[in-house]
Amino acid sequence: MPFGNTHNELKMKFKSSEEYPDLCKHNNYMAKVLTPALYEQLRSKQTPSGFTLDDVIQTGIDNPGHPFIMTVGCVAGDEETYEVFKELLDPIVMARHGGYKPTDKHKTDLNPANLKGGDDLDPNYVLSSRVRTGRSIRGFCLPPHCSRGERRAVEKMSVEALDSLSGDLKGKYYALKNMTDAEQQQLIDDHFLFDKPVSPLLLASGMARDWPDARGIWHNDSKTFLVWVNEEDHLRVISMQKGGNMKEVFTRFCTGLKKIESLFKAKGTSFMWNEHLGYVLTCPSNLGTGLRAGVHVKIPHMSKHAKFEEVLKRLRLQKRGTGGVDTAAVGGTFDISNADRLGFSEVELMQMVVDGVKLLVEMEKKLEKKQSIDDLVPAQK
Amino acid sequence: MPFGNTHNKLKMNYSSEQEYPDLSKHNNHMAKILTPEMYANLRDKETPSGFTLDDVIQTGVDNPGHPFIMTVGCVAGDEETYEVFKELLDPVIEDRHGGYKPTDKHKTDLNPDNLMGGDDLDPNYVLSSRVRTGRSVRGFCLPPHCSRGERRAIENMAIESLASLDGDLNGQYYALKNMTDDEQQQLIDDHFLFDKPVSPLLLASGMGRDWPDGRGIWHNDGKTFLVWVNEEDHLRVISMQKGGNMKEVFNRFCTGLTRIESLFKDKGHEFMWNEHLGYVLTCPSNLGTGLRAGVHVKLPNLSKNEKFGEVLKRLRLQKRGTGGVDTAAVGGVFDISNADRLGFSEVELVQMVVDGVRTLVDIEKRLEGGQSFDDLIPDQK
Repeated sequence: MPFGNTHNELKMKFKSSEEYPDLCKHNNYMAKVLTPALYEQLRSKQTPSGFTLDDVIQTGIDNPGHPFIMTVGCVAGDEETYEVFKELLDPIVMARHGGYKPTDKHKTDLNPANLKGGDDLDPNYVLSSRVRTGRSIRGFCLPPHCSRGERRAVEKMSVEALDSLSGDLKGKYYALKNMTDAEQQQLIDDHFLFDKPVSPLLLASGMARDWPDARGIWHNDSKTFLVWVNEEDHLRVISMQKGGNMKEVFTRFCTGLKKIESLFKAKGTSFMWNEHLGYVLTCPSNLGTGLRAGVHVKIPHMSKHAKFEEVLKRLRLQKRGTGGVDTAAVGGTFDISNADRLGFSEVELMQMVVDGVKLLVEMEKKLEKKQSIDDLVPAQK
Repeated sequence: MPFGNTHNKLKMNYSSEQEYPDLSKHNNHMAKILTPEMYANLRDKETPSGFTLDDVIQTGVDNPGHPFIMTVGCVAGDEETYEVFKELLDPVIEDRHGGYKPTDKHKTDLNPDNLMGGDDLDPNYVLSSRVRTGRSVRGFCLPPHCSRGERRAIENMAIESLASLDGDLNGQYYALKNMTDDEQQQLIDDHFLFDKPVSPLLLASGMGRDWPDGRGIWHNDGKTFLVWVNEEDHLRVISMQKGGNMKEVFNRFCTGLTRIESLFKDKGHEFMWNEHLGYVLTCPSNLGTGLRAGVHVKLPNLSKNEKFGEVLKRLRLQKRGTGGVDTAAVGGVFDISNADRLGFSEVELVQMVVDGVRTLVDIEKRLEGGQSFDDLIPDQK
């Protein structure tokens, strides 16, 4: 909550050391990477739309750490941020994405036929399955930096494209500012709607300005395919349903996503994408696939086991509470999803989740019967 | 909260209508004044330090209304804001400050001898007395917009000057970032310390950036004179004590304030002041004297009386909860203070509080005795 000093013209009268943020109590990727020397080099730069170094890092300064997750501590304001501030962002991308190098290439694979299995996760344990990603529209600033005019244009384009969807993807758009409190609460309870911005991580980046102007949710009639407009990214695309049929969820995901992309292309716009970073999104943690595939799974025994964290780590999975990233688990039910975003394709990440969750459920069943799980502990993926 | 779009260069590619905020659900002074035409006139302007119209209004866009107080909905980022955006701010000021015209002159009177009485408010009812104001250091951007370097420079200046105070004003500075949680909580409980920024009104303006860097509290050994550094204004100066001796509180206030001002002048720094707006502060509501003189007073009977609001209005007083501006009253104890800031001198405002609180206590005593108080109801001041 922020932001005047990020474009304050008097700040260049002060030395770099006088402007360098105090990061001594901080524990996020930005704080680890941004040395005083690096700050000095970058502090006079800005992207063509005017996004500055201070804009990039403000959220990381204002939020020293997070109880459950190692946060990134910086955001992009436009596509060019990743180029203009590559000296800061390349090391952060490397640290956050398992050693991904500036010269690496990212592969995109949205062909659901390449996913093996995934249609038979035990619904006694796997309560629901969900896949989400984000997309940014080239030529527009991202949520931390976009103007109201830009945001409204993104909304308008998105609604036009989504209105063209048909068949089982036919649906309707609900602008946040026209929603009743009751409609809104129902959508939140159904895990469909995004939160009103309360997370200080998000607020400090500037993405909540002018809320709820030009924000909304589109979903198909059966509520299994959703698009969030202008939350943390221009678009968030979500496929979800009760039970453990990840294959079906992913198939719908790929079909819908590709249809939306072609609708945008037909109107002369495209998504931000390049062969190094894949899909470009607001948070560096979501680069590449932007994909988070996960389940809500009941693992009360496994989650109390001494080896739980280690098993997750080896499976390249991450746990969250059932309310999403800033929540704790309730009643032994966890949100388990892929930890990676970049350097693996969509199919590869899905495969990790499908195989990993299957294993976790097997372990849970063993522990229920008070059997050992030692022989099931996997090698590091 | 905020702030990328306030300096987004792409926004000028959009028409004024496309950028104009949706204020249809809003109820603050900015929303009442800012027409689409005015937005079109002002949207390409900025102050020399780079503060834009969108910077000025962001807090009012993000905060449609407040349950207890009619909010201003805009802030200044520097002294020049009030000049560059006078088309917006003059009417806001006129609205907020009882018809104060762009041609009016404001009088400053910090001579405590001019206050009549005020040393004998009944301590059975008046639990504590407090006077506060703010001061801005000329040549620096204000808290919504200042850089870290500027903020730290203000802190250094404050520390130097305050260290020179002696006698009953001898004291010590506590930087927020070095305070233990216990020290901090104690100061909050004693009503000495400012809140960590949680109010969305303040956060949306940008004044919470980089917290707690450059912020701190200085107080004298007797804890009756305090200075807040870099909260909502560069400096907030507070005199306070238990009981009802407002005269003594105001004496100390004037003495301390005058000394601090001369210490700053010795170092070549003056406070932002002009003969039209008086002391220039971040929020247009605090222009003029920036003075809020108030008491915590027990009015359990009067506060439930249907005429309470009307009596306060006629006395030009305002009620708040004992936690400050964003709180509700507890146990019939109210914070009662002057409603005005601009167009009256400091002495005049404290006189209103002294006389007004005396009347309120008289009325409370009548109600306790089950008697009518119609003869005590004042005329509109």
